[in-house]
Amino acid sequence: MKDIHTFLCSPAESTRRHGPHDRIVMSSRVRLARNIRDASFPGWAKKPERVRVLEIIQPAVSSLPEMADSFSEAMDNLGALDKQILVERHLISREHAAKNIGSGLVVNRTETFSVMINEEDHLRMQALRPGLQVRQAWNAIDTLDSELEQKLNYAFDNELGYLTACPTNLGTGIRVSAMLHLPGLVLGEQINPIIQSVNKLGLAVRGLYGEGTEALGNVFQVSNQMTLGESEAAIVERLEKVLLQIIEHEENARQSLLEKKPKVVFNHIGRAYGILANAHSISSKETMNLLSLMRLGVDMELFPGTERSLVDELFLTTQPAHLQKQLSDKLSAEERDLIRADMVRERLKNVSRPLIKPPASSTN
Amino acid sequence: MQCSICKEKTATVHLTQIVGDKMQKLDLCEECAKAKGINDPVSFAMADMMLGLGASQELASASAGADLKCSRCGFSQADFKKSGRLGCLECYHTFAEGLAGLLKTMHKGLRHIGKTPEALRQTREQTDRLKLLQKKLKKAIEDEDYEVAAAVRDEIKTVPGAAAKVRVEK
Ligand SMILES: [Zn+2]
Ligand SMILES: [Zn+2]
Repeated sequence: MKDIHTFLCSPAESTRRHGPHDRIVMSSRVRLARNIRDASFPGWAKKPERVRVLEIIQPAVSSLPEMADSFSEAMDNLGALDKQILVERHLISREHAAKNIGSGLVVNRTETFSVMINEEDHLRMQALRPGLQVRQAWNAIDTLDSELEQKLNYAFDNELGYLTACPTNLGTGIRVSAMLHLPGLVLGEQINPIIQSVNKLGLAVRGLYGEGTEALGNVFQVSNQMTLGESEAAIVERLEKVLLQIIEHEENARQSLLEKKPKVVFNHIGRAYGILANAHSISSKETMNLLSLMRLGVDMELFPGTERSLVDELFLTTQPAHLQKQLSDKLSAEERDLIRADMVRERLKNVSRPLIKPPASSTN
Repeated sequence: MQCSICKEKTATVHLTQIVGDKMQKLDLCEECAKAKGINDPVSFAMADMMLGLGASQELASASAGADLKCSRCGFSQADFKKSGRLGCLECYHTFAEGLAGLLKTMHKGLRHIGKTPEALRQTREQTDRLKLLQKKLKKAIEDEDYEVAAAVRDEIKTVPGAAAKVRVEK
């Protein structure tokens, strides 16, 4: 079977996509959990049963019109590195990357749809869109799901809705989420009250990268938690409203930083550029945090002629599996830090140092 | 502070989440946090973990200590305690009593609102309508309002599949 990395669109291409509010919202995603009627849930099913389920579901998914140009593979046929690349692209969960015989994956070339088979549920399908497009992502996955229900016999209960392995996903089985870049709120030290107030609305906020509660690269994910007793449309609408408010808070935070502490902001951005453009060894963690500041600099028009996609591309290609994939030899973490620094320096070769302040015409 | 999962290492990851009007707190060590997929964008849900830790007690108390086992898949309460997941769709009936309290703490309601597979949509509507009519009928009989009772009984007969599904009380 072909290599998943050569199948997927190139990182450069995937990071060049635009969507509404993509200054702040990096992507929107809607995931549905589904199970079929006549088999135990994957975590409890024995291997032959999981294989049987995979053999039923995989062809059904691959035959959908949305999956006309897709990569379909059993997890035991994928190498550890390819699995890790899929995780870095947000196409599979870490849990799914650990799966082998009896689990599978169908993903389309443009990466707008990804279906995990026998993860925690028989089916975990997601639609991914750039920018703030939770409604569009819901419509897309709703259509795919409606096509699939013609081919598969879903486990559905009149009272409890779609039945899932974990009771937390019961009912609609939906998880609506968006990935947000919030450097303004972090630098302005306003992020914690925002997280707390969003939590009060029954939504979860957490750092997408990094250990525990630490948010590397100032990237956060906001998602719904409750799935039973509220319709998909209501959940999508609620999340969208909250996201628009967070966007407004982030824009205000950036504006007020520029007014009240411009030197602090320019210092952060200038130093980030200085290190990225000149380092000879840099960890993945430091790279992410500095790229986040450069991204803020691009948004503030301190890097005329530089596209945000350059930063977003580096954000992806400097992650461990993407970096390793470009090289023939298996490298140690220390060796990767050298290669990463070389790559970042090379990509930033034609980016001039940041302006001392934003151009006068800048209305942000 | 001790990790709430392994009860050995020091907790460095602290999570608070509000579900409905309940506040849930969890303190984890780095390793358990990783093992529970706190960094995993897709599968992490706070309630998941709370479930693994506290939920089984609720299940146990609901079944008054009897070791319930799903007749379809053989999944037991002890298995639920271990994984926080159920074995098959039938488990939802087997453990229904214990699950109800649990679902109340983590969801907005106890009844599904939203998408229904097209093939089941009609039966779901009919079942709902029959339930409503039955309630009406029961009340009319209790109130000794036989005129209304007769009318409701006639209406029930018009719902497709009513004869098979509903026993009309005498
Ligand atoms: Zn621990
Ligand atoms: Zn069962």
